[in-house]
Amino acid sequence: MAVAQAAVQAPIVDAIAQAQRAARRDFMLKFSLTWAVIIAALGLVIYATGNADPAFTLEWGPFILAGIGLTIFICVTSITGATILAVLGALGRLSVNPFLNGLASLYVSLVRGTPLIVQIYFIFYALPLMGVVLDPIPAGIIALSFNYGAYMTEIFRAGIQAVPRGQREAAQALGMPEGLIMRRIVLPQATRIVVPAIGNDFVAMIKDSSLVSVVGLQELLWRANTVGRSNQQIIQALLIAALVYWALTIVFSYFQARLEKRLAKGDR
Amino acid sequence: MELGEIVVEARGIEKFFGSNHVLRGVDLEVRQHETVMLIGRSGSGKTTMLRCLNFLEEPTVGTVRIGDISAKADPLHARSRKHREELRNLRLQAGMVFQDFNLFPHMTVLENCIEAPTRVKGVPKAEAIATAEKYLAKVQLSEKRDEHPARLSGGQKQRVAIARALCMEPKVLMFDEPTSALDPELVGEVLTVMTELAHEGSTMIVVSHEMQFCREAADRVVFMEGGVVVEQGPPDQVLTNPKEEATKHFLRRFLTPDQHAVIEAMAEA
Repeated sequence: MAVAQAAVQAPIVDAIAQAQRAARRDFMLKFSLTWAVIIAALGLVIYATGNADPAFTLEWGPFILAGIGLTIFICVTSITGATILAVLGALGRLSVNPFLNGLASLYVSLVRGTPLIVQIYFIFYALPLMGVVLDPIPAGIIALSFNYGAYMTEIFRAGIQAVPRGQREAAQALGMPEGLIMRRIVLPQATRIVVPAIGNDFVAMIKDSSLVSVVGLQELLWRANTVGRSNQQIIQALLIAALVYWALTIVFSYFQARLEKRLAKGDR
Repeated sequence: MELGEIVVEARGIEKFFGSNHVLRGVDLEVRQHETVMLIGRSGSGKTTMLRCLNFLEEPTVGTVRIGDISAKADPLHARSRKHREELRNLRLQAGMVFQDFNLFPHMTVLENCIEAPTRVKGVPKAEAIATAEKYLAKVQLSEKRDEHPARLSGGQKQRVAIARALCMEPKVLMFDEPTSALDPELVGEVLTVMTELAHEGSTMIVVSHEMQFCREAADRVVFMEGGVVVEQGPPDQVLTNPKEEATKHFLRRFLTPDQHAVIEAMAEA
């Protein structure tokens, strides 16, 4: 009886698996086709309007690409600085100490409430008036760290609050002091919770780092802008820069997805 | 086992949640080697009472002594450094097992067990590991020492939680509905461990409705209702021959047929 049943089941099980595979293939095909068609159409429009000049790309492309290193350096340094500020900011926002809480809240409110470009100008042009002169690179990194630190403060605060209350109680019941509970129990779990959001911010920062070109940092956008203007090829130069930013975000999104998967594994 | 000196002594515990008077002056004494069960319907205050004993809830009024450490309720200065340090010392005397386990998910089973001994009590790591292995063997989970909690069943998680509490070598073990979050087929393995601990002379306070455990392991049952202790005594006396109307009512109305069967068996024995 059992044997007969298995014999009846096998074909339908295989057929379902086959149909699912076919459906996935079909989906991926149409998905890729959509991308290919739209990108081809955009390329055609650019070519037809006379904005594509292979000679210019060959001549100046490498100069623009040479800005990738600086862009990545600024982003990695700034996201690190922003993360440190965000942890401190979140602890401040959750603190029962009115001074610390007030300081952290003011920081978040002020920085989130003003444009990043104004903050960059302020750090580079206004601070020297007060006697603080910074090179463009540290100025850019400080501006980005402060700006993203404020946004990420709210992310970390939510992450800390998302750690179940029972975790803190279990640690208290074991006699752990509050600093230890935060460092060993709450923050490690909060970090896992906020990794996707931080990755998201990192991708956004790759693009926002272009704003520091206004203080003369020779990163991607500054280079594209400079050679584009001097050769009357501004649109093509910007297109090259845009493609590079896009490629960078795709690469980092890929690593972010892998990191998330790995962190999730430890938990499950 | 012969009962020893009084290890846990709570006096005049009252607790308000807002204007809700949840505990209305509860006294509780637990002797060394004694297993005390707190029973009562939900809202009777039994879990709050347990949480007041190690100040996970700060009582509004009252004092608690565990071992040599005493703490007095001080809700007006609950955040003061001195008071918090006092409570931390009190909590070191008591191990707690929670309804939903509360294992640390980012640590392995072994790391869960040695975290507090090494970092709070300053026990050398090798010694803490040896202690942890002893207690993991006791709850029969030696082979799971390097797993993360997410890979364990509910019953295994709760046994790890018991081992983690034992690793601090507390004077008393407190259980807050330790089997309520478990699938029925996993309840037995946790109760077996708890029964063993009780028979070996651990001092235990258990909030639970597991009548089988009560019959096999409890020395005393404390019945609570409306934030006060209504009746207490040996299990066979309180459960099979209650004196108070409220106890009789509770036993009639709020137990499952299984629980009644256990009590009937007790009555016949």
